[in-house]
Amino acid sequence: MSRRQTLFGKLWAAHEILRREDGVSLLWVDRHLVHEGSHHAFAKIAARGLPIVAPDNTVAVVDHYAPTRGRSNIIDPQIARMIDTLRQNAEKHELRIFDLDDPTQGIVHVVGPEQGITLPGLLINCGDSHTSTHGAFGALAFGIGATEVAHVLATQTIWQKKPKVMRITIDGELEAGVTAKDIALHWIARLGTGGAQGHAIEYAGSTVRALTMEGRMTLCNLSIEGGARFGMVAPDETTKAYVKGRPYAPVADEWDAAEKAWDALSSDADAAFDIDIHIDAADIAPTVTWGTSPEQALPIDAPLPDPAMLSPQKSDLASEALEYMGLTRGKSLAGTAVDQVFIGSCTNGRIEDLRAAAAVLAGHRVKVPGLVSPGSQLIKAQAEKEGLDKVFTDAGLEWADSGCSMCVGMNGDLVGNAKRCASSTNRNFKGRQGRGARTHLMSPAMVAAAAITGEITDVRMLLRDRDS
Amino acid sequence: MAGWQTHDGVAVALPLANVDTDQLIPARFMSVPRSEGYGDYLLHDVRRDASGALRPEFPLNQAQQASVLVAGANFGSGSSREAAVYALIDAGYHAVFASSFGDIFASNSVNNGLLPARIKPETYDELVSFIGKSPCEVRIDLKNGQASFNAKQLDFVLDETWRMKLLNGWDDIDLTQQHNAQISAFKSKYAQTKPWAVPASNV
Ligand code: SF4
Repeated sequence: MSRRQTLFGKLWAAHEILRREDGVSLLWVDRHLVHEGSHHAFAKIAARGLPIVAPDNTVAVVDHYAPTRGRSNIIDPQIARMIDTLRQNAEKHELRIFDLDDPTQGIVHVVGPEQGITLPGLLINCGDSHTSTHGAFGALAFGIGATEVAHVLATQTIWQKKPKVMRITIDGELEAGVTAKDIALHWIARLGTGGAQGHAIEYAGSTVRALTMEGRMTLCNLSIEGGARFGMVAPDETTKAYVKGRPYAPVADEWDAAEKAWDALSSDADAAFDIDIHIDAADIAPTVTWGTSPEQALPIDAPLPDPAMLSPQKSDLASEALEYMGLTRGKSLAGTAVDQVFIGSCTNGRIEDLRAAAAVLAGHRVKVPGLVSPGSQLIKAQAEKEGLDKVFTDAGLEWADSGCSMCVGMNGDLVGNAKRCASSTNRNFKGRQGRGARTHLMSPAMVAAAAITGEITDVRMLLRDRDS
Repeated sequence: MAGWQTHDGVAVALPLANVDTDQLIPARFMSVPRSEGYGDYLLHDVRRDASGALRPEFPLNQAQQASVLVAGANFGSGSSREAAVYALIDAGYHAVFASSFGDIFASNSVNNGLLPARIKPETYDELVSFIGKSPCEVRIDLKNGQASFNAKQLDFVLDETWRMKLLNGWDDIDLTQQHNAQISAFKSKYAQTKPWAVPASNV
């Protein structure tokens, strides 16, 4: 056995059933998460008369189409049909389903970790590109397409060519008001949306070690926006403390065996990475996107780019993005008026995100309308126990049920045409939040700040005012 | 899925970078069963005005018969939605030429018989100015990794495994089932060495 393995290399080796001559590996899949959008895959196996080979390893979650208001009586027939199709498939194949009336329902990438379905050392697939979220536990987690979902259902394995490995090391302390979301937008702005294409990312360094599991999940979640299918953090005491006691986590002897296995899951000291990036935490400010690609992001105190100053390739993209977004070159991003705000999604809908937003909002009234949708119904219950729901509703925001909500325009929650939204989600693509919607990605605390002032605002100023 | 070796068709240029899968097919159309066809939803919101009518100036609308798309870098980034590939195929496309692709999109393409042909950024620039606004004839030789756009010859890059899959129309499930013995052996050893990783029942 060769020494000098990366965490990624170890996880890969542990799941490799065989490697073909052409270098493509067949990997064992430990957990497979399906949602309403998986209907094409279920139709594919049905057409071939194939069963699901490992229903115990498969979990169904209602999230993408889940209404966040009035879910007991769904009016839109299309949405009702999508949810019903998943229900029928789950019943037919005897899958555990986190359905709308389940007190533990939520977004697939929130429910997995929360339930202990996600564990360090596992290979996790889901037909959703943000599956990289689960890598925060030191798992090999990646999004797949519908044909691949059908393949996993039929075989519990997946063919993959081993990607290269990139390490992003972040050291130092983050300033108050700067979060994991800002780390992610910072590196994507620096390397570009294709910067990590063909690579698996391991996040390392003292800043990452100091992050909670929630923060690590946000960081890994956004890996795909930089082009990487995989993002991961080596498991440590923080990871184990989070996992222990979760409903589906191992217990007794199995827990002891698991702990031992997880302790070995880190990159060897002299392991080689194909790309090594270093970031100083002190260089990261609250970061906000201004364009229609996650790489079009800037520190809150920077002026908007002048396309004339950019390379010819970036210049056209920037001009086009500024036009779509209705922004003026050279002006400052701070102070741009927003029409509405959204807090939620698998990126930033966890309890810590809600606490951060509530801490900024407490005692204020918002200037623009907005929606808060917790990442799961359990998070919703926890937030209500802590009185966070009161903070949001007293401020004037709407408090809703859990689902993908305004992250994706398919469940009824939409941003209006040409409306500007300060959003804690992950994609500012044209039309992602609704046709003509103008999305600015930022952390939940920054969204809260924008809600209070009605414009894009440096949350650090609000925090400073509060402290003094 | 049927395999293919060559393709003769018409190429159109869409000189935009970062065409993500949310643009290729907006989320609201994804609940439609595949049997109804996805072609009309391809690039729906950029291709059509608010009333749903085709915008005549949009390149794809000037070449309704096109079967090969030449597009900017990072094509198909974003969401894993395979429906983005269905939209291209149902609209009659056989190949996309770009200097880079979203990883999941590229593998989804191959799984559906659509060629994601990677070309150098310089080649892309040349090709876009060569095609310009008037669609041109194209011939793709999948086996040799070559294409000719009218008189312009070029090479494209394709992963060898993907080439074999496209040529033969191979289906992964059939391929995998040939390895069932190895999979079972792996599974039982895995259950012994990593009991904690095996779900009790329904996870
Ligand atoms: S919240 Fe958004 S990114 Fe996350 S799983 Fe749902 S649709 Fe995908």
